[in-house]
Amino acid sequence: MPDLFIHIIVPIAIFLFIATFTLFAVYAERKIAGFLQDRLGPMETGKFGLIQTVADILKLLQKEFITPSAADKVLFAIAPVVIFTAVFIGYSVVPWAPDFIPANTNTGLFFLMAVVSIDAIGILMAGWGSNNKYSLLGAIRAIAQMVSYEIPVGLCLISAVMITQTLNLNDIAYLQGIDSPHPIYFFGFWDVTQIGGVFAWHIFQAPHLLIVYVIFFLATLAECNRAPFDIPEAESELIGGFHTEYGGIKFAFLFLAEYAMMFLVAILGVVIFLGAWNTPLPNIGALRLADWTTGLGWGLFWTFTKSLLIVGIQIWIRWTLPRFRADQLMTLCWKILIPVGFLCLAISGFWRIFIML
Amino acid sequence: MILKTTIQGFLTAVKGLLITVRHLFAARNSRESLDIRDENYFEKQHGIATVQFPKQKMPIPEVARYQLDVEIDDCIVCDLCAKACPVDCIDIISIKSPQAIGNTSDGSVKRLYPEKFDIDMAKCMYCGLCTVVCPTECITMTNKYDRSTQKLTDLIYGFSEMSDTEINQRKQEWTQFQAEKEAAKKK
Repeated sequence: MPDLFIHIIVPIAIFLFIATFTLFAVYAERKIAGFLQDRLGPMETGKFGLIQTVADILKLLQKEFITPSAADKVLFAIAPVVIFTAVFIGYSVVPWAPDFIPANTNTGLFFLMAVVSIDAIGILMAGWGSNNKYSLLGAIRAIAQMVSYEIPVGLCLISAVMITQTLNLNDIAYLQGIDSPHPIYFFGFWDVTQIGGVFAWHIFQAPHLLIVYVIFFLATLAECNRAPFDIPEAESELIGGFHTEYGGIKFAFLFLAEYAMMFLVAILGVVIFLGAWNTPLPNIGALRLADWTTGLGWGLFWTFTKSLLIVGIQIWIRWTLPRFRADQLMTLCWKILIPVGFLCLAISGFWRIFIML
Repeated sequence: MILKTTIQGFLTAVKGLLITVRHLFAARNSRESLDIRDENYFEKQHGIATVQFPKQKMPIPEVARYQLDVEIDDCIVCDLCAKACPVDCIDIISIKSPQAIGNTSDGSVKRLYPEKFDIDMAKCMYCGLCTVVCPTECITMTNKYDRSTQKLTDLIYGFSEMSDTEINQRKQEWTQFQAEKEAAKKK
């Protein structure tokens, strides 16, 4: 019985987290966008516009369900569900703190990549089901982009997994801190198992993983369909892309999925490359900073801080860089990210064989 | 080639990101001066430029060229402004007078009564052509710009001060004058 209770409470908790995160992320996005462009952002609803997004969601919830008469009604109705569920299930294997993880599976990373890929099908369903030329164009662009960018993401993850030798995200996180079951070497030569901190993170365990992380960050940014990779939603060309015809709560779910995806890829990058819940503070002699800042509460704190920082960088990039042209997008993926990804994959293999053993 | 482009693209992206983050931190302050008449107005480029409009207003010069105003006593109802208007927002109807009505402040003789002198501010595009052609300079642009209303028709400003009885009286005077002239011709 308590088990059943936990099985119910965990998804609800994650959903509530996603909803709250989306509310505040949208507010933060609008505010940061304003400040970056010398504007103020929302100011009227509440103090400093703080409840602007709450007002927005209330408006969306009250709206009428409108299905275009020419739309494929079934596909149109279930597409938002598929898109959101795909991202939502991805959260089930992500660790938040030491052993604080909804499902501790040995194939966690593989499962996550497999499930999140369903997102692409949902977008195609939304675009096709809307029976609207802009929606379909947006969906086609989205599929082309997401399928292409899945490859560099996969290569990056394989490069990292070669170093970690496990697909369990909880174990991957353990390998980057003072509680590591294996010795950790900073850049392959300095034993930092007892020191921990920032030196034990994967990006510093093998120098090429830094480049891998940059590729991972760019590729996942494209997976989220966010600027500068937002050609599927290109407002100036395609109105709203695949979600042109959506309104009300269906649109709210598409929006929720977009922000959930942002946070998911941010936390995934943090777990695999940036030390997961492990503290960035190292032990310095008698100053046991790493020991003091490890634990359940601290773990949650570090995971959130790092992930929100990455989300902040995503927002910052969105409001700085202009949109890629479709061919430039493909060039970046196939001619730059994938070759570099393969190179890093090879380096990972050699690193594992000649340096880590 | 592709390596060079990639590195250059990456560097320019970083450069752009640094520019925007500088603006992000500069956004802690608002711009000190919003008055265009200041000597160093264009030197102060940092900080938030937004004005919280109804609560806070940008200072504007008295000679600013916003909404039109008509000094109807100086108007000779020549209709030039209505003809010059590119968007036809000025609507004038005149009544002729048998004798000179009087003089404007610059000495021009008035021979027409303005039955109707309406300016549709919703149509006006603030080009100022009407003020250029006006011979008596009675139509001018003012520094008023915020006159929001609930109804679109409230934006049609009537400048004629004639009442209905006055209009009827003047019309009658003119028809009578015409009739007298006709009668004089027949004799």
